[in-house]
Amino acid sequence: MYRYDDFDAALVRRRVAEFSQQIARRLDGSLTEDEFRPLRLMNGLYLQLHAYMLRIAVPYGTLNAAKLRQLAMIAERWDKGYGHVTTRTNMQLNWPRLNDVPDILSALADVEMHCIQTSGNCVRNVTSDQFAGAAADEVDDPRPYAELLRQWSTDHPEFAFLPRKFKIAVIASKADRAAMRSHDIGLRLLEQDGARGFEVWVGGGLGRTPMVAQRLAPFLPEADLLAYVEAILSAYNSIGRRDNKYKARVKITVFENGLDAFRTLVEERFAEIRPAFDGRDRELLSHIRAAFAPPAWKVARTDAHDAALSDPVYRAWAGQNLSAHKNPDYASVTISLKTPGKTPGDISSDQMRALADLAEAHGHDDIRFTHEQNIALPHVHKADLPALHAGLKAAGLATANVGLISDIIACPGMDYCALATARSIPVAQKIATRFEALKLEHDIGPLKIKISGCINACGHHHIGHIGILGLDRAGVENYQITLGGDGTEDMVVGERTGPGFAYDQVTDAVERIVRAYLAQREGPGETFLACYRRLGIAPFKAALYPDREAADAA
Amino acid sequence: MTRPYAPKVITANALVSGEVVYLTADDRWSPDLSEAEVLEDEAHAALREIEAAARAAEVVGVYLFEVRHGPRGPEPVHFREAFRATGPSNRFHGKQAEAAPRPARAA
Repeated sequence: MYRYDDFDAALVRRRVAEFSQQIARRLDGSLTEDEFRPLRLMNGLYLQLHAYMLRIAVPYGTLNAAKLRQLAMIAERWDKGYGHVTTRTNMQLNWPRLNDVPDILSALADVEMHCIQTSGNCVRNVTSDQFAGAAADEVDDPRPYAELLRQWSTDHPEFAFLPRKFKIAVIASKADRAAMRSHDIGLRLLEQDGARGFEVWVGGGLGRTPMVAQRLAPFLPEADLLAYVEAILSAYNSIGRRDNKYKARVKITVFENGLDAFRTLVEERFAEIRPAFDGRDRELLSHIRAAFAPPAWKVARTDAHDAALSDPVYRAWAGQNLSAHKNPDYASVTISLKTPGKTPGDISSDQMRALADLAEAHGHDDIRFTHEQNIALPHVHKADLPALHAGLKAAGLATANVGLISDIIACPGMDYCALATARSIPVAQKIATRFEALKLEHDIGPLKIKISGCINACGHHHIGHIGILGLDRAGVENYQITLGGDGTEDMVVGERTGPGFAYDQVTDAVERIVRAYLAQREGPGETFLACYRRLGIAPFKAALYPDREAADAA
Repeated sequence: MTRPYAPKVITANALVSGEVVYLTADDRWSPDLSEAEVLEDEAHAALREIEAAARAAEVVGVYLFEVRHGPRGPEPVHFREAFRATGPSNRFHGKQAEAAPRPARAA
């Protein structure tokens, strides 16, 4: 992975010193809260419902054991012994104190980590595919480009005060494992006639007006990446709305001006600035790329894995939590942070340390946070899988439910978030424990439930097969259900079913949807999403609102 | 005929700890809602809010929220304020843990 050079290390230390001094000036009254707030947001520090919240950047979801151990220590020493993995592959701490933040930031800098630009109207964490560098279907590891964009966007003077936040994702396969088309800029690395380039997508975003990104350029030559992305940001910075916070994202800019008009502006700006990109960015990219060399592949027999498959517990885990690796002797492992009854995406300090040890022993010290709030070890030799599984089981990290109905994405919701209109975590817990009790998970098959506690959609409910949105209806929590969302390369926003459900009704509502699917699918081979696409929303509405059906029929 | 002013309490987050606090009649910021001053007069409430908002060295995000009178003092009307007065519902953390003796339970 990328290692800081002297410049990077100095930048982060300087930033820690600067923000520490800003905190001191807030505490002694030299800065007002209005002056301090944008500064603390640019350093990832929010004020939430019960406490501050610190959002730690995990660039393109990538860490190693040393970083994970440090996060474990920080969570234990300055928080309540756990961290939360977010849908942008960052880590959140829910209980930091303002006067401890300088020490936390110093401790992060000790392991080349920071909280820079994890909030605020600037370019946020550049995310990628959790199997980058391991996937058989990728053109090449997309992360060097993500690292290039991270360096370019950090403290970029022109883009420190954008109309609104800006999110970029980079992938390198047709399969989209990073929800790329829901980003402000989405980039897909491809090869065409022996040359490398990018499909450039713009204007995606979830939230109160969900939109799938539109294609700005079918093939941008690799050498032009930084200049073109800068041109997009520049165009957005110029004409993006600043009069209305809810119309300020680039998706609205593209929608209101039209894609062609926006493209014209981008191309004009690109022509202007391109000459200044004299090749140093490409030198930097080569230097960065060297840090992403594949691990030294282990050569060993894979019998241990084959033999272990006779154990049903291991077999269930291997069947659900492994993905194919480009090296046939290897597998990519997804570790579920969705044990039914637990808070989705939470991991304790003890578990972080256990996972760090396992990643070092069995995973080439390569750890990834996923946008579905799980953790992946992308490179595990099959011979290591049984030992890895045993270690995960001992740490309570072996739940075999990746991609199943209990593998739920849920934002923190009103249990933590000041923006929330309803709780999301207990809804996720109730649904997961219901289906665990019913023992239907494997029969149901792949089904993605995503829950947001407010219209900002941090839980990505719009792209859930079943999406749940928690709102406040006359002072009571009320949950709207959407169906048929898809967060892959076939990205589609889910369709609303109808009136919402109360907190104590929503689990039953989800069960009715699932039973309608099981009753009407062509067979176990037809997934929920495929069945929905074949039948449409009508039979699911009928299952959800049986009284209304009866009334309509009368 | 004008509607009667609904009783209110002033709340904020403590600057350093971030914890939820309530303004008392004797001008303390208490973590305990039962100690909060209940404001029944709109003009007086507006004045108290202005005074509270000026205490930027102690608190952040001052605002008024509606309460009703209960057997142990003011109670929140809206569920968001009930959560703020208690803590998260998924972990025994926050005010609920500070208030009660901690029961033996798994994390």
